[in-house]
Amino acid sequence: MTQLVWNGLFVGSFYALVALGYSMVYGIIKLLNFAHGDLYMLGAFSGFAVLSALGGVATAMTLPVLLAVLLMTMVSTGLAGVVLERVAYRPLRGAPRLSLLITAVGASFAIEYGMRIVAGPDPQVYPVRLSGTAIEVFGAWFTLQQLVLIGVAVVLMVGLNLLVTRTREGRAMRAIALDPRTSSLMGIDVNAVISRTFFIGSALAGAAGVMAGAYYGKIDFLMGFLIGLKAFTAAVIGGIGNISGTMLGGLVLGLLESFGTYWLGGEWRDVFAFGVLILFLTVRPTGLLGERVTERV
Amino acid sequence: MLEISDLDVHYDGVHALRGLSLTIAAHEIVALLGNNGAGKTTTLSAISGLVRPSGGKVVFEDKDITGLAAHKITSCGLVHCPEGRRIFSTLTVHDNLLLGGYLVRDQAEVRKRIDRVYDLLPRLAERRAQQGGTLSGGEQQMLAIGRALVTGPRLLLLDEPSMGLAPLVVAQVMELIADINASGTAVLLVEQNASAALKIAHRGYVLESGQGTLSGTADALRSDPRVVEAYLGGA
Repeated sequence: MTQLVWNGLFVGSFYALVALGYSMVYGIIKLLNFAHGDLYMLGAFSGFAVLSALGGVATAMTLPVLLAVLLMTMVSTGLAGVVLERVAYRPLRGAPRLSLLITAVGASFAIEYGMRIVAGPDPQVYPVRLSGTAIEVFGAWFTLQQLVLIGVAVVLMVGLNLLVTRTREGRAMRAIALDPRTSSLMGIDVNAVISRTFFIGSALAGAAGVMAGAYYGKIDFLMGFLIGLKAFTAAVIGGIGNISGTMLGGLVLGLLESFGTYWLGGEWRDVFAFGVLILFLTVRPTGLLGERVTERV
Repeated sequence: MLEISDLDVHYDGVHALRGLSLTIAAHEIVALLGNNGAGKTTTLSAISGLVRPSGGKVVFEDKDITGLAAHKITSCGLVHCPEGRRIFSTLTVHDNLLLGGYLVRDQAEVRKRIDRVYDLLPRLAERRAQQGGTLSGGEQQMLAIGRALVTGPRLLLLDEPSMGLAPLVVAQVMELIADINASGTAVLLVEQNASAALKIAHRGYVLESGQGTLSGTADALRSDPRVVEAYLGGA
């Protein structure tokens, strides 16, 4: 039981990390960025490239090196997100929503099969593996590495939440989400803020990608596809566009999967997750913490 | 302070503004009058950078700002308070005002300006933690103007501040605008409510089908039979 909760929270914090970028981008420009999962994949591969380049150093001191690699990957994946927005989405600002959506699907394929050309179709084995001795707490087994990964995820999420709710930049993001034209009249450089939003969201996905690579030990060019859909599910469960809702949604999805797997068997895991997505879309499309707009005109 | 010459705006084939010229001197309130669709909002949008003019020139404080991005024009001290108030409805009153101070790096200065707005409009101070969208129409208009004031404008463009408000509230809004002007900010006031606008304005322009047809001092316009006929309801 405790083990199920722990597993759920662990997987859930990955989902939450990826879902946050999804949710932020949706929040600010109402775009379902279907290429977001592929940024997670890019993160895993750029972490892989850095680790391979480092060679022997990496295996010698796993955790600090991994954190450094994490940081570098976040920067490079963040930049990839900025380029994606600039090239694929900005020219379509103001175009019908459907055009953007189709472009996002196209961008997703472009990144996936672009990576296939670069890295080949076969899965790559991650040069570092996080497999430590397991510790038992309250009847659940987990490793120190898991704990560190969750810790990193939590720090990133708390930092993001502070950024969005407490800072001038976050206020500008929330303003653009509501009304980009009026935001520009406040002196906000709307395009620059949107770029930075993509940077942050993509960097978080990249971080999750490295963490997943190091944890599961294997990466391939299609690894972002399923996690992208899962992140979307998590965002919908929590309330897409809402930061704390999205974090909650990630954890809830992780827990649901963990328990669903236990009760129904592993082969039902994805069926269960997407069943929940459909349930939420029909019964409560605003999600658990979705915003209700109070407006008087 | 502001000089517009031969301004043209096209929207997908519609020629919305045809060679409009207009000037505003420092410390002036200038009213821009006209019916629905005459091009009043288009004029303001072309000045503030929301719409790119297809011809003509906009010069603000001896600087050519034609076609500059909206956020850059705001940073020049020319601030557009848009039609329909455009409050950030799910953000608090205080957050709305803070957004007005987005460009001001000095947080103490932002606080000072917001306090001044609260002094001027105590109703907003009472509701500072409330969501902007829950305010009444008049309060939202006050908030929109207050938010624009926090940006520190030297020229304020106001688009239909009286729209949808009760006569008593219209009078309060006009009084506020006159106060703002008295403290040194020039105002370009777009109004359908011509009589209210001409009461506080120094000069005015009349816009018809995207062209300036009449202009003069507020007194002259008020007694011009054409203005009386078309905008002041006969009399």
